[in-house]
Order: sequence, then C-alpha cells, then structure tokens
Amino acid sequence: MQASDRFNINSQLEHLQAKYVGTGHADMNRFEWAVNIQRDSYASYVGHYPMLGYFAIAENESIGRERYNFMQKMLLPCGLPPEREDE
Amino acid sequence: MDPVDAEIAKTQEERKIMEAALAPNSITFDTELYDGSNRFQDYNREIPANDDEENADAMDNEVARKLASYTAPRSLLNDMPRGGDDDESLGFKKSQRIIDREDDYRRRRLNQVISPERHDAFANGDKTPKPETRTYADIMREAALKREKEETLKVIARRKKEEEENKAAGKEREPAATQPSQKRRNRWDQNQDNSDAKKAKSGSDWDMPDSTPGIGRWDATPTPGRIGDATPSLSRKNRWDETPTPGRLADSDATPAGGATPGATPAGMAWDATPKLSGLATPTPKRQRSRWDETPATMGSATPGGATPAAAYTPGVTPVGGVELATPTPGAINLRGAITPEQYNLLRWEKDIEDRNRPLTDEELDTMFPQEGYKILEPPPSYVPIRTPARKLLATPTPLGTPLYSIPEENRGQHFDVPKEMPGGLPFMKPEDYQYFGALLNEEDEEELSPDEQKERKIMKLLLKVKNGTPPQRKTALRQLTDKARELGAGPLFNRILPLLMQPTLEDQERHLLVKVIDRVLYKLDELVRPYVHKILVVIEPLLIDEDYYARVEGREIISNLSKAAGLATMIAAMRPDIDNIDEYVRNTTARAFSVVASALGIPALLPFLKAVCQSKKSWQARHTGIKIVQQIAILIGCAVLPHLRSLVEIIEHGLNDENQKVRTITALSLAALAEAAAPYGIESFDSVLKPLWKGIRSHRGKVLAAFLKAIGFIIPLMDAIYASYYTKEVMVILIREFQSPDEEMKKIVLKVVKQCVSTEGVEADYIRSDILPEFFRNFWVRRMALDRRNYRQLVDTTVEIANKVGVPDIVGRIVEDLKDESEPYRRMVMETIEKVVANLGASDIDPRLEELLIDGILYAFQEQTSDDANVMLNGFGAVVNALGQRVKPYLPQICGTIKWRLNNKSAKVRQQAADLISRIAVVMKQCQEEQLMGHLGVVLYEYLGEEYPEVLGSILGALKAIVNVIGMTKMTPPIKDLLPRLTPILKNRHEKVQENCIDLVGRIADRGAEFVPAREWMRICFELLEMLKAHKKGIRRATVNTFGYIAKAIGPQDVLATLLNNLKVQERQNRVCTTVAIAIVAETCSPFTVLPALMNEYRVPELNVQNGVLKSLSFLFEYIGEMGKDYIYAVTPLLEDALMDRDLVHRQTAASAVKHMALGVAGLGCEDALVHLLNYVWPNIFETSPHVINAVMEAIEGMRVALGAAVVLNYCLQGLFHPARKVREVYWKIYNSLYIGAQDALVAAYPVLEDEGENVPKALCKGGSVVYMSCHLDDEEVGKSSTLITCSFPLETMNGV
Repeated sequence: MQASDRFNINSQLEHLQAKYVGTGHADMNRFEWAVNIQRDSYASYVGHYPMLGYFAIAENESIGRERYNFMQKMLLPCGLPPEREDE
Repeated sequence: MDPVDAEIAKTQEERKIMEAALAPNSITFDTELYDGSNRFQDYNREIPANDDEENADAMDNEVARKLASYTAPRSLLNDMPRGGDDDESLGFKKSQRIIDREDDYRRRRLNQVISPERHDAFANGDKTPKPETRTYADIMREAALKREKEETLKVIARRKKEEEENKAAGKEREPAATQPSQKRRNRWDQNQDNSDAKKAKSGSDWDMPDSTPGIGRWDATPTPGRIGDATPSLSRKNRWDETPTPGRLADSDATPAGGATPGATPAGMAWDATPKLSGLATPTPKRQRSRWDETPATMGSATPGGATPAAAYTPGVTPVGGVELATPTPGAINLRGAITPEQYNLLRWEKDIEDRNRPLTDEELDTMFPQEGYKILEPPPSYVPIRTPARKLLATPTPLGTPLYSIPEENRGQHFDVPKEMPGGLPFMKPEDYQYFGALLNEEDEEELSPDEQKERKIMKLLLKVKNGTPPQRKTALRQLTDKARELGAGPLFNRILPLLMQPTLEDQERHLLVKVIDRVLYKLDELVRPYVHKILVVIEPLLIDEDYYARVEGREIISNLSKAAGLATMIAAMRPDIDNIDEYVRNTTARAFSVVASALGIPALLPFLKAVCQSKKSWQARHTGIKIVQQIAILIGCAVLPHLRSLVEIIEHGLNDENQKVRTITALSLAALAEAAAPYGIESFDSVLKPLWKGIRSHRGKVLAAFLKAIGFIIPLMDAIYASYYTKEVMVILIREFQSPDEEMKKIVLKVVKQCVSTEGVEADYIRSDILPEFFRNFWVRRMALDRRNYRQLVDTTVEIANKVGVPDIVGRIVEDLKDESEPYRRMVMETIEKVVANLGASDIDPRLEELLIDGILYAFQEQTSDDANVMLNGFGAVVNALGQRVKPYLPQICGTIKWRLNNKSAKVRQQAADLISRIAVVMKQCQEEQLMGHLGVVLYEYLGEEYPEVLGSILGALKAIVNVIGMTKMTPPIKDLLPRLTPILKNRHEKVQENCIDLVGRIADRGAEFVPAREWMRICFELLEMLKAHKKGIRRATVNTFGYIAKAIGPQDVLATLLNNLKVQERQNRVCTTVAIAIVAETCSPFTVLPALMNEYRVPELNVQNGVLKSLSFLFEYIGEMGKDYIYAVTPLLEDALMDRDLVHRQTAASAVKHMALGVAGLGCEDALVHLLNYVWPNIFETSPHVINAVMEAIEGMRVALGAAVVLNYCLQGLFHPARKVREVYWKIYNSLYIGAQDALVAAYPVLEDEGENVPKALCKGGSVVYMSCHLDDEEVGKSSTLITCSFPLETMNGV
C-alpha cells in the first residue's frame, strides 16, 4: 500500500474487500483463483433454482441430486492444490 | 567598657522614664484616631503567599479602579471574549494530564498498591505452592488482619475518647492537675492510642512515640519480607497518622520481591517507587527518609502542588555536586533526570531567598559594626526566638551551599529544555519517564547483560516507543510486543507496564496507548496472566469510574478480556479479598469490575458467588459490595438482566432488612436499578420485595427512606393497573408526608416518584385530583422551587406528567394566577409548565373564563419580563396562542398593540422579542382572518428595516417572512415591488442571522412573486448573492444557491448564467464551488439545454479554474438531472474526452466524477456506446496515485459497472490480473475485488475459462469429453469496439452430458 492511501478511504476499502472470501490479491495464483471461480459458479447454480432445473434436465438427474453434486464439487473443485515452488 | 555600660544604663533609664511619662498620656490621645491597642488589626499581618486572588483583577479592587485611568466598564472587561480557557488564549495548551481533572475521590487510585503476583492454582496443579508465593489463603489472612487492625484502632479510639471524656469530667473537679502530661499524650492520641493497648500488649513502648522498633509490630504481616524492613519508624508513623486507613503502605513493603531486597534490581526499584506515591497524598515533611525513599516518583508528583519543595530539594540543589558526590548508581542518574527545569529554578530561587534572609551571624555583625562603643546585650527574658519548623526544614543541608549570591555557573552538561538525544533511535523521554526508562540511557553493552536483563531492556525500549514514539514507531513496537508477548513473559511485561499506568503525570493519550498494549498482550498471554490479575485490576479499575466515557469503555473492555483469559475462578479469587476492603474506594471499583466480569462471563456463572457474598455474615462491607455488584450489573447490561431478574432479586432481597443502614440503602438502590433495567417487564420477580419495601417506607427516615422511595418509584410502573393503583395509594401517604421535607435530595426523589406513580396506568385521575394535587401544589409550587435549577426541571416535568393524567384545566387553573406573581423566576417556571402542558394536550379543555385569565396572565408575564435568555416567555406565548387558535381573535388587537409598542422599545432585546413573537403567531392571525392587521404589522415592520442591531434586524426580517408566507405575495403590504428594493442593500449585511433571514425572504419572493419585481432589480440581487456564497453557514449558502435557481426561472437563465460563469474566474475556492453548484441548479430549473451551450463554450477559456469549474458544474448537473442526462450525454462526450486526456490531474478527476454521475443517471437507458467510449478514456487513469483522483476514477468504474454490467468491466480487468508487474496486478485486483463485491453473482456468467496448464488445472476441466468452451475476447482492439464486447463465456464443464 502506498503512503498516500494509508490514511484515506482506500485503505478501509481494501480492508473491507479482504473480508470477502472470493476476493483476490496480487499474489494470488492461477489455481487459487480458479478455485474461487468454480466455487462461485457452483454456489450460483445452487442458489438460482431455474439454473438448477436447467442442469437437471440436461443431465437427466433429479434437482436434489444436482444440488448435492454441486455442493460436493465445491469441496475440491480443482483437485488438490499444486505444490508451491517458493515454500 | 564601663563607660559604655554606664551609658547604656542611662539610656535605658531615660527611655523607661519617657515611656512611663507617655503611658498615662496615651489616654488623652484621640482614641478614635489613635486607637493604640488594635490599630493594626486591619492590616495584613503577612504577605500573602499566593498572589492570585488579591491582585488578579485590578479592576475589581475599588481603590485601584478609581486610581486607574479611564477604562471600560467592568462588565465589558469581564465579558471580553476569551477562547475558552485562559491558557489557551495565551497559546498554551491546557494540561492533558489525567490527574489534573480528577477529583479527590478519583485520585485515591494512586493510593492503591500494585499487588505482587499471586499463586496460580491452575498452572501448578496439586503441588504445594512455594512458601514465597502468595496464595489466596495468604491474601485473605492479610485482608482479615488489616480489617482487624482497623477495628482495633476504632475500638481504641472509642475507648480513648471515653476516657478523655471521663478525664474532662474529672478535670472539672480538680482543674489544672494533669496539664502537661495530658498535652503530650494528646498529640499521640490523634492516631492511635496507648492506654488500653498498653494493657493488652504488655509492652510500654507505646509511650515512646519516636524511635521505638516495637511499632513495627503493628504492621507485622505474616509475609517474610516484613521482618527485614528497616524503614525508620518515625516516617512510617507519620504516614500512619495522616491516613486514617493505614496498612496499604506497610503491605507494599512486605512484598517478597520488593521488601526483601529493596531496589537491588530495577524491578525492585519500581516496586518501591509506587507505594511512595501514597505517601505523596499526605504532604508530610520527609526529611528523615532514607535515600531509597526519595525516588523521583516523589519529586515528580510533588511538582504539581509544589507542596513539599523540601523533599525535592535534597537531590537536586547542587546539581553538580549532589550527583557527582553520590555513587553513580542508576538511582543517581534518575535523580539527575528527574528534576525538571522549573523545579530547579524554583529551588535555586528559594535557596537564594533563604540565604538572603538568614539571620546574621555574630561574625558578620562583628565585621559590620565598629569594635568600639558597642556591647552585646543579653536578650530580655521575655524574648522568645521565632521557631518556624517549616523554615528550619528549608534550611540547606548541602555542604556546598554558598552563603551569598554567586554567579550561576553555566553547566554545559545539562540542557533542561532540550530533550536529550536518545541512543539507538529511541523517542524522547519526558523528565518523569527517567524513573522508568532511565536504565535505557546506560550505555551498557547488551552482550554483557544476562538474558533476563536483555529482556527487560527490550520491553522498556518497546514500551517507550509505544508511549512517546511517532505513530509508525508506535505501531511496530506494539506489534512486536504483541507477537513476542509469550516470549517476553507475563511477569516482566506487567512489571513494566503497570507502574507506568500508575504514574501520576500520565496523560490521556498515554494511558490509552498503554491500555491498548495491555489489551493486545492479554490476548496473547491468555492463561499466563492469572498470577497478575489483581495487579492489572488495581490499575484498570480506576478507569471504570473515570469521567471520560471512552476511558470507561476501555476499562470495561480490558476487564472483560481479562476475565475471559483468566477464567471466572481466578477472577473471583483475585477480587474476593477486595470486596470487604476497608477502603470504600476499593470496594466501589471492585463492584464495578465485578459487574463487567458478570457481563463478560454471563450472570449465571457469577450467581452462586454473588449469593454467598450478599449473605456474608462476617462483614457488612461484603454484603454492601455484593449488592452493589448487582446494581452495577443492572446498570451495565440493561434489559439483558431480564432472564436472571428473579435470582438477582432473591440474592439481594434480604438486604432490605439488614441491620446496617448502608446495606439497606444500597439494596433499595439496586432494586431501583434492576427495575429500571427491566422496565416494562418483570414485575413478578419483584413480588418478594414489595412487602419489605412498603413496610420499610413506614419505618425508615432520611437517606434510607429516599432510597426505598426511589425503588418503589421504579417498580410501580412495571405493575398491572390494579396493583399499581393500590400500591400508589399505599406509598402516597408517605410521599405526601415527605412533600414537606426540607432535604433537597429527598425533594427530588419525591418529585420523581410522584411522576412515575402518576404516569402509571392504574392511577386514576380522580384520585390524583383529590389526594395528591392539593398537597402537591401547596408544597411544591412555591417561589423557592424556581431558584434551584434541578428542582425547577423536576417540578416542571412532574407537573406536566400530572397534567397528562388530570387534564389541562386542573393544572393550568391552579397556576394561571401565578403568572402575575411578583417573582420573575417563578413566573417563568409557571410559563414553562403552561407551555408544555398546552403543547402536549391542546387548549380545547380551557373554558372561556380560564382562557381570559390565561391570556391576561401571559400578556402580563410577557410584558413584565426583564431577562429572558432561554426564550421561555416567548415560547410560552407562542404555544398558548397557537393552541387556542381562532379563540385568540378577540385578544389579537390587544396582543398586536403590545407588540407594536414593544417594537418601539428602547431595549434591543425587547424589540427582537416582539418581532420574534410576530413570526410565532402569524399563522394564527391568518386563521383568525386578521389579514388587515397583518398587513398593518407588515408596514410597521417595513418601517423598522433601518434597525441597527443585527440580531433585531434578523428577527424583523424573520417576522416579515412569516407574514409574507401566510398572506401571500399579492396581498402583502407593503407591496413586493416596494419591499424587495429595500432588501437589496440588506443583503450586504455580514451578520449571519440577518443574512439567513434576508436570503430566505428574497428566495421566497423570487419563488412566488418574481413577477412583481423588474428584471433589473433581480440582476442587481444576483450580484449581491454572489457575495453570499462566501458565507460560513451552510444554510445560507444553500439558500443562496437555491435563490439563483428561482431568479433564473423568473428572468431566464441567460443573464444569471453570464454572471455565474464570470464568477468562475475568482480565486476563492469556496466561491467557485458554490458557483458551480448554482450553475447546475440553474440548469436543472431551466432545463439543461438552455445552459449547456454557454457552459461548454466557457470550457474554451484557457484557464484552469474556469475549465475545472465547468467540469464540476457538469458533474453536479448530471447528478441533479439524473435520467434526463441521456439526452445530453452525446453532446458533452467530446468535452469529457478532452478533459480525461488533459495533463492536469484535477481535470481528469473532475471529469471522472462527471462520468460517474452520468453513468449512474443513464443506467439502462441505452447509452452504452457512449459510456464504453468514455470508459476507454477513464481506464488508463487507474494507475493514478493521488487519493482524490484515484477515488474519482474508481467511482467512475463503479458507475460503469452499474450502467454497463459487471461482465464488461470484468473483461477490462482480466488483462491485468496476472500481469508480470506487481504494481499493475495490485491495481487490477483492487478493481476486480470491488467488482466482485458489487456484482458477484453477475460475474458467474462472465468468468473466463481457465485452460489446462499442467498440474494446476481444475479437475473438472481435464475430465475429458466434450468440454464446452466459449472463449472470451480480450484483444485490445475489441475492447475498443464496445458493442461486440459483451460475449460471455461460461465454464460449462458441468454440462458434459449435453
């Protein structure tokens, strides 16, 4: 953070942003972002009933099953995290 | 010699004869003039020591005033505006120190001793504690001893007193028998006594006040450190004598750590220093103290009063000699630092005076007088030398004290006013800090220190940085302290921090910081704090009764964190001994702290303990404190007591019948607090106390009765209607009896209880009317009640409450006659009551007779008032007239006559009030169809527009405005076309009140009756209005800006706009800002198309201010016109393009905010193409660093998110999220985050598909088959081409089956 916005609204803004799980930062890697994207997507599908119905028809599953599947997939949507080189 | 002797004898003889001759003659002197005996009685015998009172204000002194030359009247001189405090006006800051604003009671916190750490039963398990650790049992034993000692002392004192009475009785029989011994004893007795103790203790050492070692036994406590204590008993005794509750001090010395090896380690020193603070409270001469006692703490605190300069004297008189002579112990270094420059000067000055006034010695006299012809005489037998012990004490004991004036040696080694450069980048130290941080100045090699000492040093450094450092220093130090808390250890940390908090010169800010340190450290240390709980409490508890709200909150937070960290058991163990402490201060703060613990850990956890404490058989103090805890809990947590109400009440109910009066009182007060907190629920919990309460009010008197009544007052409103009425009747007998009580406190409580009873549902109006009102009015509605402010308030409130029950006529009818009372404060009280009653309930119940009386009384009171600062009379008059409405019609001529007469009064105040009254009753006059009368008043007011007092002129303008508002522009007399030109010059008036009323009136005319005035007049007003944009008051500026809008509407925008655009060239920022707002308002009222061409044309002026002004106007304009903006967005886009590319930052900033308003206004109205175009110009500015610019840019992007949708902005974002340059990434992620928070769900449809890049590929993606990709286009050209951009990509891998 620069010296200029240490004391203005921007610093508070970033603090606020940091409170949301899905937000990112400059050091985020591709994998972490992908996980966020996937989870957001699944959460959105589960949250919007018509979307859930749409998927259910497409996959020929019950809506409940779809919902369950999506929730399960949210656990590790992109597999295990890759080894970090820097650590 | 003989001749000399003879001569002397002769002279003496002669003198005797002369005197003898004069003696009878003296009777013949005119005794009136030469009253020999006591003619000096009017003289001051001594020069006042403090010269503040007498000569402070020479003008107050009659003689001095007459002698002085002509000057302003005293009233004016006293009224001279001073900026708050005198010191501040002189440029000095007011003292920030906490101790300076504390009262004596709060200052008692300094008497407390930071107790040594205690045994932690949890940590050590079943192991037997080591003998030197203080366990709960030890502490309880000490407390018991202390209490016993106190009681013994009391008994001794009582017996002594009895004995003395006996003796006095005996002395009457045989006078002058035991005079001398009696006298000697007396001195001794004030403290403690002997005769009985003599028998009890077998030793006769009681009779020898000084230097007996036996006295130490009094203080003996079972702790080991005690025995080795070698403080001279005299000084101990002195301290004893001053403080009636001794023992604290003795205790502190008895600590195993401090007492055994006092001052060997720095820690020990700090320990020793603290208890001395308590010595301070009693300014006894401390001559006999050992050097150890004279730690600078004493001196630092002696400074404020300057009470004991003697004590401070020793170390510092000869700064060179004294310090150099002493061995360079750390203490000596401290001493050098601890003496402040002021102190030093004071000391030097005092010493100088002393030296000059010291009696001449024989040798000096020998040198002065000739050897011949003089003889040294024997002093006459009657001569007694003056013995002033104080002076003796002040005599310099220093060996180097020079007898005469010496040129002060310049000491290059000491620079008192320049803070010393600290080693190692430490912040400066204040003189009083040396005591605590002095060790840091020793340039020791850190390597050589033991690990523990290194730790100490580290803690000191960090603390000093937190206390005195710059914000960044403080922040890092605080963080280090927090992070390393466990490593540094609880003991060393608290041993350093807590003494600092007891420093008498502590300031608010410093305390805040240190408390913050404790808070942070607590979190980290968690259960390690257990042994230090009491220590921390001693320091933090005083915060709970601080007058500063934030300090109280801070204290509560710490204690609640502490109790969460240490656990209930430890908290109780730490605080239990304080519950029946003999010092009321300790009990009070402990009770408050306990309530905080209860709110932190839950009331149920504390209930069993509270129950036990409240039923303590051992001491009433314990019961008192226990019940007080309940009271504090109720006050602290409010309605959250409800679930535990019954158990809390049960715990304390027996206190109502306690044998101790204080316990009964506090019980009643606690019940009151509980009932107040529980209102309006929970009456069933109080069932059990109703009987004792109601029985109690019959048997108690005085304070206890007041408390009981208070409790009843809070309980009755909780009751059902029937019960409330029954119990009210029960209590009313007592209340009515107490109506006559002369006690002010009782009066207030009675009034409050009456108010509470009366407002309860079940209490019938008839009952109040018949049983309460007569006595109430007889006792309370008397002139005396109007004199005390609090009584006045309470009485008015209670009466209004009664009126709500019994109606207007009963109350107003009773007091209306008093409007003609001869006491003005009383009349005012009556008026205020009537005002409130009538405003609440209206005037429909007032019959014609009462109405007449009322108007008559009000007119009388209004006319007779001499001083009315709070506008009570005016408000009352207004309220009554407005309540009566049309019924006032018959009286209006009379009222208007009064007003007219008073408008012509000599006193400005009266004129102002008359004008104000017009504005209050204008609406009613309209209701009464007295338009002619109003017109007449309008003319009268118009004639008074030449008024010179601005306050009055403002009121007159206000009155005119009220009339214009009511009767309208057309019917107004004088006609508007005459009135307005008269107002134009008044606009120049700089007085705020005049400006505000005038601009309101002009604005109103411009709004409603602009056509009555020629356009040229309006233009003239426009110019005047520009000046008003400078006004300080926001209301005036707003009214001005609005008036521009009205005028523009009336005469067309062109001329007004030209004026305003010209005004953009002025220098003043505020003026320009207001002008831009005015332009925007003109544009809003007259449609933007009338304004925009001229405005945009103005942008071509090559001047920064003007261009910025234009941009700002555009920004405001688009903000005001909102959706209308869609018609103009294409017109201004080229201009904004240009501005967004300008070199000037402010251009881009203002243009960005214009874009934001535009985007928000036209969202969803099909202007996306223009907006994308503008976004392309805004976007490059995201790397700006200036806070205002970046804010404006970010807001513009947010606006775009709303108008264009999150997907578009996301696509702009994607290019930089994984940019190789961190600076770029940071900005892009910031934008991404705000996008995410603003429209997270909308982003789902636009997320990019991340391709397989080896091992970090999401599982779903590599799960083969037909993964559907819809790529997103991120090429730069396509971003430019807006409309093709919105192609979204779905991560549709889940649709494998499709």
